[in-house]
Amino acid sequence: MALLEIDGIGKTFRVDGNDICAIDHVDLSVAENEFVSIVGSSGCGKSTLLNIVGGLEETTSGMVRIGGSPVEGPGRDRGFVFQGYSLFEWKTVESNIRFALEKTRLSRAEKDERVAHFIQAVGLAGFERAWPAQLSGGMRQRVAIARALVYRPRILLMDEPFGALDAQTRGMMQELLLRVWEDHKVTVLFVTHDVEEAVFLADRVVVLASRPGRIKRDLPVPLPRPRAYDIVAEPEFIALKRKILGDIREETLKTMGFPA
Amino acid sequence: MPVSSRRRGRYMRLRQDIPNWLFTLAGIAFPAALILMWWLVSELGLVRPLFLPGPGDVMVEGLRQAREGILWEDASVSIYRILAGWLSATLVALPVGILMGNYRLIEGALEPLISTVRYMPVVALIPLSILWAGIGDAQKILILFLGTFFQQVLMVMDNVKTIDRNLIRAGQTLGFSNGEILARIILPAAAPGIWDTLRITIGWTWTYLVVAELVAANAGLGRRIMDAQRYLATETILFGTLFIGFLGLLTDYFFKRTGRALFAWQRQR
Repeated sequence: MALLEIDGIGKTFRVDGNDICAIDHVDLSVAENEFVSIVGSSGCGKSTLLNIVGGLEETTSGMVRIGGSPVEGPGRDRGFVFQGYSLFEWKTVESNIRFALEKTRLSRAEKDERVAHFIQAVGLAGFERAWPAQLSGGMRQRVAIARALVYRPRILLMDEPFGALDAQTRGMMQELLLRVWEDHKVTVLFVTHDVEEAVFLADRVVVLASRPGRIKRDLPVPLPRPRAYDIVAEPEFIALKRKILGDIREETLKTMGFPA
Repeated sequence: MPVSSRRRGRYMRLRQDIPNWLFTLAGIAFPAALILMWWLVSELGLVRPLFLPGPGDVMVEGLRQAREGILWEDASVSIYRILAGWLSATLVALPVGILMGNYRLIEGALEPLISTVRYMPVVALIPLSILWAGIGDAQKILILFLGTFFQQVLMVMDNVKTIDRNLIRAGQTLGFSNGEILARIILPAAAPGIWDTLRITIGWTWTYLVVAELVAANAGLGRRIMDAQRYLATETILFGTLFIGFLGLLTDYFFKRTGRALFAWQRQR
């Protein structure tokens, strides 16, 4: 059985007295430890979909189930990583991560051990006592990833986490994320508008159509793992990328009012 | 020659950083130049001393007040009123502003009212304030409260509202309750902004001092200025005004210094 089931989700916003349909009937099921990327042109409702799974926004119709039980709000079975890092700036790197363990029943020693492990895993050893303001964007996002993983959620929800980083840092972060994911086996729902990133990371790429958001394509990525950065030059990779780029271009033209 | 002219031009480029010593020097040199001009204008007799006494006369007046002890009495009375007025406004504005920033219902209930009162001239409320609070210190403190509170509460609300919303979401995901998120995430995140609001609003409290001491005050920096008006003692007026400015500068410095120590985590290396 799938770990995450998205069942007929719809979301309508009311703007100036008009109902705007952001998401129209999305069905998606994600298996345990699966890495799924969600791509789409801007405004296709991909972040809204992620927020709904995170329990941060309510649906207009449909239901989300995790391990069979319906989602009714945010919870510790899910971890969230936001584009803007959203760190607790007044806490050091270490206490940012430790803060996430506060609502667990772990002993002090277990917490110490977990925090140290994840600081190591995201390559922040030596920066335990730094303030977030002293870190680069990539390092800040690594703190956020460690904070989201340290309490061992079943699903990691990532909303364009590398969107604000420069291209080189982004590449390094993608590799780091894959390494952490392979070592800690967690289900990932990864929203991005970067097609190459989506393909490089995922087992499956879901393309959302715009206005209203619907699933346009659900494409398996049969590339072998572990993946190295040079896989992006392989013909299979390029073929997948081309297919998705074509879909997104079609959707973008549609929202801009051009004929496809 | 080209080198030096290029260097001079460099300091005037848009947003160009300059050495620290130059920044400090500019801050000292410009007021010093103004005082020099002031001194020249009065020394050369370009303006009658009644309209503009020279810097020397103003200083002599200040020394006189200090020697006779008037200055310390005035200052302590006024500082007490400022602190009482500003603190009472702050004690109410902090909880109310924080609640308004977090609960739309409370914002909806209070915002239109506060925004209306905010535009009412405090001077016009002096007669009512006497009726309600008498002619003692309470009336002065009430005026300072009215002048400060309504601006302050809206600014605190904004400080709370403008924090990153995802911080709250992160707290919800981590399993914290509403109260915990408020106390342990929203407040520390908004604290630097709130501290800045407190710094700015105590400046506004200072500017209301003369208004507060307009009626039935025997002492106070504002009172001294208003009394001097009767005798056309321009040097007393000028000295009092400059002295209030000086105390304001000290207050500001205290807030900036404390803020830097309290929120050291904001500093990039």
